[in-house]
Amino acid sequence: MTTAVAMSGGVDSSTVAALLAENNSNTPTDGAPRLIGLTMQLWNQRRLARMQGLPEGASTPGLASGRCCSLDDAYDARRVANFLGIPYYVVNFESRFEEGVVRPFVERYLAGETPIPCSLCNTEVKFSQFIETAMQIGAERVATGHYARLHRDERTGRYRLFSGRDHSKDQSYFLFGLTQEQLSRSLFPLGDLRKDEVRSIARARLLPVADKPDSQEICFVPSGSYREFIEAYLAEQGRKLEGQAGEVVSTEGEVLAEHQGVYNFTVGQRKGLGFAGGSPLYVIELDPAHNRVVVGANEELFRRRMTVRDVNWICDISPGSAFEARVKIRNRHIPSAARVEALPNGGATVEFEEPQRAITPGQAAVIYSNDEDLEVIGGGWISSVA
Amino acid sequence: MRRVYLDNNATTPLAPEVFEAMRPCFIEQFGNASSIHWFGQQAKAAIETAREQVAKLINARPNDVAFTSGGTESDNTSLFGIVEAAQPHGEYSGKHVIVSTIEHPAVLNAAQAIEKRGVKVTYARVGPDGMVDPAEVKSAIRPETVLISIMHANNELGVIQPLEEIGRVAREHDVYFHTDAVQSAGKIPVDVEKLGVDLLSLSAHKFHGPKGTGALYVRKGTNLRPLLFGGHHERDRRPGTENVAGIVGAGKAAELAQLNLDSEARRIAALRDRLEETILANVPQAFTNGDRTRRLPNTCNIRFNHVEGEGFVIAMDLKGIACSTGAACASGSVEPSHVLSAIGLNRDQARSSIRFSLGRMTTSEEIDLVLEILPAVVEHLRAVSPHYEKSRQLSVVSSQP
Repeated sequence: MTTAVAMSGGVDSSTVAALLAENNSNTPTDGAPRLIGLTMQLWNQRRLARMQGLPEGASTPGLASGRCCSLDDAYDARRVANFLGIPYYVVNFESRFEEGVVRPFVERYLAGETPIPCSLCNTEVKFSQFIETAMQIGAERVATGHYARLHRDERTGRYRLFSGRDHSKDQSYFLFGLTQEQLSRSLFPLGDLRKDEVRSIARARLLPVADKPDSQEICFVPSGSYREFIEAYLAEQGRKLEGQAGEVVSTEGEVLAEHQGVYNFTVGQRKGLGFAGGSPLYVIELDPAHNRVVVGANEELFRRRMTVRDVNWICDISPGSAFEARVKIRNRHIPSAARVEALPNGGATVEFEEPQRAITPGQAAVIYSNDEDLEVIGGGWISSVA
Repeated sequence: MRRVYLDNNATTPLAPEVFEAMRPCFIEQFGNASSIHWFGQQAKAAIETAREQVAKLINARPNDVAFTSGGTESDNTSLFGIVEAAQPHGEYSGKHVIVSTIEHPAVLNAAQAIEKRGVKVTYARVGPDGMVDPAEVKSAIRPETVLISIMHANNELGVIQPLEEIGRVAREHDVYFHTDAVQSAGKIPVDVEKLGVDLLSLSAHKFHGPKGTGALYVRKGTNLRPLLFGGHHERDRRPGTENVAGIVGAGKAAELAQLNLDSEARRIAALRDRLEETILANVPQAFTNGDRTRRLPNTCNIRFNHVEGEGFVIAMDLKGIACSTGAACASGSVEPSHVLSAIGLNRDQARSSIRFSLGRMTTSEEIDLVLEILPAVVEHLRAVSPHYEKSRQLSVVSSQP
C-alpha cells in the first residue's frame, strides 16, 4: 500500500512524513515506493507580489514567516523529504484552488458573508484533487497533519471522524465536508498527539523544521487583511471594490449613519462603525439584500437559533431526525450544547441551549456528538441566524 | 531500478571526453587568461581553442564568438544590448522589437522587461504547426524596429522555425536578427551565414557540455552594448574572469557534437520515430503536438487526452522514466505552457501534453522499456480521471450509425 503525504513544509506534516517513513521502513518493496511526499502549489507567488503592487521578483513581506503557500515552505518540505529519503514532488493546483477556494471566498465576502476558506480548501482541493493526484501516481491513501482522529466502524463499515485528542489544536472543524469515500482514503497520524508531543517527535528525529513557528493566517492573505487582498484580486480582473453606500440602522430600524459597503463589516465588530458616543455599539447583522448594516448593544449579539445549509453528514443521519449535540460555529469556539434537526433540503436547524455570541453567516458550523469524544456528526455553512 | 532519461531538452549528461578536457583546468592549469605570464597564457590558449571549436559548430569567425554564463545571459545581452545601443544615450522609448509568442522565457521575459521601459514589442504568433510566419514578421516591421528575435527550434515542440526567410526579411529592412539556438545547436546543422543571423545564443549543457557556460555569436560590426560592465574580457562583450573549465568544456562538446552530427541525428530520429509511432498506433486518443516534418530529431510532444500531465510525469518517474511537461516554476511544480496555448491548445489539452526528448545516450532497449511501461501508466491515469469514461462512452455512441 502506497501513501502520499501532503507536505506543507510545517512541523505537523513533516512529522507525519517522518512517522510514516519509519513505519514503512521494514516493508519489503516491489519497486514501488511506500511513501511519496507531495506539496500542493496553490497560489502563484509572483502573482501575489504583482497584486500587492510590488516589483516583479521582490520578496513578498509576510511570506517569509511560514505560510502554507510560500516558496520557502516548498523548499522546507523538499528538505524534509530529502532528509527522510522519500520521493518528493510539487504539484500545481493553482487553477483548482482559485476556482474552488479563492473566487468563492471573494464572492461570498462581497455578498456580506464572512467566509472561511480553509474548509472549502479541504473539501475542494486537499481531499478531492489531492486524492485524485495521489491515485494517479499510484498511491491508495493520503496522509495529512490535521489534528483529527479517524476510525473505521467494523460493524457498519462507515468511517467515523473525531476531534483531535488535543482539543485546543483540533482541526476536525475544517474536515466536516469529507465524504465517506474521501475518509476511507485518509490518514491523520497526529490525531492522538498534542502539539508539544509532535514538536518533540520532530526534534528527536532532527527534522529540519522542528522549531519552525506555526502558521496562523489564511495562506493566500499574507498581510492578514482580507480587504487588501480582495481589492488587489478584483483590480487584477479590472474590477473595483466599490461599496454601495447604505444605511447603518439600529435593531429598532432607526437610521444612525451611512456606510460605504456591507462587506466592510463583520458580525460582532465594534471598531470602525464611523460614529462615537453613547453606549458601545456592535454589528449585529449584515443585510446585503437591503444594503444595510444593523447595529446594537453587545447583548443583542447573543442568539440561540441558526440554520445551516449544505450539510455533509459524516454519520448516517436521515432527514427529519433530531438529536442533542455540541455545535462549533468558528475555529476558536468551544462546541456548545444544542438541539439539531436535519432538514429534508439538505440543511439543518440548530437551537443552542445557551445563546451564542456573534453567530456569523458564511462561517462553518460543525456538529459534534454530545460527549467528550467530540465525534463529527456533520457540518455545513451558517446561512441565517434568529 | 533501471532509469531512462528522456528529458535531454532540459539538460544532457556531460560527455566523458568533455570531462577529461575540463579536468586539468581546475588544478594544474588554473591561470587567469588575462595574465601576461605562462600560467595566464595557458588559460588564454585553451579559451581560444574552445572559441574556434564553438565557432566551427555554427560556421562563424572565432572572433565573433563571446562566452557567457549560458543561454539566458546570451538572450538578455542580445535584447537589452541591441536596444540600448540603438541610440547614443541608451534610451528605451521609441524603439520596436519583434519576438515570437513561443520564445523561451529568457527571451520572452527580457522582452517584457524592455517593454516596461518603453520599448514597443510585437509578439509574432504561430500557427497550429508551431511555426512563425515570415510574412507576419515582415508586416510587423516599422521604421523604429531595431531587432527581430525568433528562436531556431522550440524547446517544447522541437519545431524548427523558418529562419532563412526571416533572416532575408531582416536584411532587406536593415534590422538586426537574433536567434535563440539553445535547442538546435549541437543537434542539427546551425550556420550563421545560411540563417542570416546577426546574433545567436547557445548553451553548452544542451549538447553534453557543462552547465553554466554558453556563447553569444555577434556578427562583426553589430552595434551591441554589454549587459555587464567590468574589465576588457571577451573583446568587451562580456567582462569577468573567464570560466576557463566551462569554456574548454563547451569547446570540446561543440567539437564532439559536430563530429557525428548527421549520423547521430539519424540514429536519434529513428528511435524518436519508433517511440512516437508506436505510441500513436497503440495508445487511444494520443496525438502529436506541432509539425512533425520540420522538427528536431530528438523531440516529440504527445498529447494523451484525459491524462493529467503532471500525474503522468510523476508516475513515470516513480517507474524510472524521466520525461516532462510544460516548464517548471520556482517551487518545481508545472506551470501551464505558453507554447502549447500559442499553438491553440486549450487548458486541458495543454495539461495532458508530454515532451519526450532523446539524446546521445538513448538506446533502442530504453525505448523498448518506455513502450512497455507507458501504455499501462496512461490507462491507469485515465481510469482515475473523472472525464475519460464519459468521453469514451460519448465516442462510442457517436460512432454508431
